[in-house]
Amino acid sequence: MAWFTKAPEAPLRVPTEALWNVCKKCGAYTPKDEYAANLKVCPVCGAHGRLSARERIALLADKGSFKEIAADVIAHDPLTFHDAKEAYAEKVAATREKTGIGESIVVGTATLDKIPVVLGAMDFRFMGGSLGSGTGERILQAAETARKLKCPLVLCTASGGARMQEGLVSLMQMAKTCAAIQRLRDEGLLYISVMTDPTTGGVSASFAMVGDLNIAEPKTLIGFAGRRVIETTIKQKLPPEFQTSEYLLEHGFLDKIVARKDLKAYLAKTIRFLTAAK
Amino acid sequence: MATTKKPVAKKPAAKAPAKKPAAKPAAKKPAAKATAKKPAAKPAAAKKATAHTTWDTVQIARHPNRPLLIDYLAAWDPQANELHGDRLVADDPAMFAGLVNIGGERVVLVGHRKGRTTEEKIAYRFGMANPDGYRKAMRIMRLAEKFHLPIVTLVDTSGAFPGLDAEARGQAEAIAKNLADMSVLKAPIVVVVTGEGGSGGALGIAVGDRILMLEHAIYSVISPEGCASILWRDGHMAPQAAEALKLTSDWLKKLGLIDEIIPEPKGGAQNAPAKTIEDVKQAILKAIRELKKIPVEKLVEQRYAKFAAMGRFSD
Ligand SMILES: [Zn+2]
Repeated sequence: MAWFTKAPEAPLRVPTEALWNVCKKCGAYTPKDEYAANLKVCPVCGAHGRLSARERIALLADKGSFKEIAADVIAHDPLTFHDAKEAYAEKVAATREKTGIGESIVVGTATLDKIPVVLGAMDFRFMGGSLGSGTGERILQAAETARKLKCPLVLCTASGGARMQEGLVSLMQMAKTCAAIQRLRDEGLLYISVMTDPTTGGVSASFAMVGDLNIAEPKTLIGFAGRRVIETTIKQKLPPEFQTSEYLLEHGFLDKIVARKDLKAYLAKTIRFLTAAK
Repeated sequence: MATTKKPVAKKPAAKAPAKKPAAKPAAKKPAAKATAKKPAAKPAAAKKATAHTTWDTVQIARHPNRPLLIDYLAAWDPQANELHGDRLVADDPAMFAGLVNIGGERVVLVGHRKGRTTEEKIAYRFGMANPDGYRKAMRIMRLAEKFHLPIVTLVDTSGAFPGLDAEARGQAEAIAKNLADMSVLKAPIVVVVTGEGGSGGALGIAVGDRILMLEHAIYSVISPEGCASILWRDGHMAPQAAEALKLTSDWLKKLGLIDEIIPEPKGGAQNAPAKTIEDVKQAILKAIRELKKIPVEKLVEQRYAKFAAMGRFSD
């Protein structure tokens, strides 16, 4: 960042948000088009930026193959929840409008390198990717569709956890999604969880962690409790690598860390190996 | 959207809150209305009309003299056969697991263990379990499946323990695994929320066929304090957050998330612990008797349908 502020007299292309991506990890400026061409991975430090659900689906599904299911399942407001600032129903309606999606996950059928799969991708822009009742229902329908079609289920997570504006209804989505996935797995079908930044709280403690394979992108934040809560509780500083995908791999909770550029090929290869799909 | 905030109290408004869809995408001029809906203070009228506020319920659920797992066990079965360890790394004292005789009924019982004395509280980590606790609970629940015994779980925790070791040993994975495994466990499961049902740490042993809840227990996705500090940016707004979260038994019954409320003595269980302990026992026995009549395959099917229906809304 410093090079720019130190040279005010130079004729500059102003690095505005519109033209440049500023890496959240290392601060490097990358032209937006170059950043997009690099799949939103910082060319300097390799940090994997967040993809929207649609971008994630475009990354993994064969062109034109994705057919959304459960699109009519949208966020609900079972508690008529208001906080100090706003009503949840209004916030969620605005979020729908802004993101163009009805819930924090988009699910559908697709082919992945010609293999039929059910694919889901969470979108952190939608209420922090939180697990609402609509999210849970969409995941359940995705799992039941995979069961019907006898094909693998791939879910890409990006979530801060439960959605507190839906109270206990949100918490129960953890049980609901795990139950749906367990049925799928009991029928000999493959479920692959792909954890992307961030995967925390109630999502990490439910469908994200029960994959036949648990995969994550590099340097992804994955964990149950928040760093600050833990530091307050145990009264000690946590190491910087704590709750990264590298930390989880080392502790035995991930099968593999796969870089974004390799993700589609890796999934295709592994699904083919396990299921002998053509 | 309702335009007024419903007071959360002993008697929720007649209209089932669960059936209410969020505002349609088209409805998009909320600014003025939003301020009108601001749930500032509880209306004085509502306060008068009810015995106590949601915040009072939170206090009762956390009352120091409220019966704990150790009290239930001492009364039901002083000879309870506690079983230890997750067979992986540790035995977590914050989670009890064992073979218990409740009124002549042999059951596998698991539950969060809080302490009463300071020493106990520290030893039991204030009822906040580590991954080892959830894995132990699952291991012992498997015995119920194998030997055709019912499972009873007693839920009373502020949450799973937020610690370095807990994360390193996979708190998230341990809870997730229990949710998946309990959903297909071939044994009747009766869950009783006796005190605090604190988020994922509670749910980790709370997937079952009958979810019972003591009248003044609470069950929530997040603590009122945590919710207040995030959404109100002020932990002192916990009473408001508690109300907004609808974490009381009457609301949760209405939302279809619990099956049955076990009434408490006037003012709360701490006023007559022995009676509460007996009432919980009778409620458990009744639930077990009902569940035993259902073939176990059908029970598992019904359990799936029950959880699948949670948070499903038809427009
Ligand atoms: Zn970078």
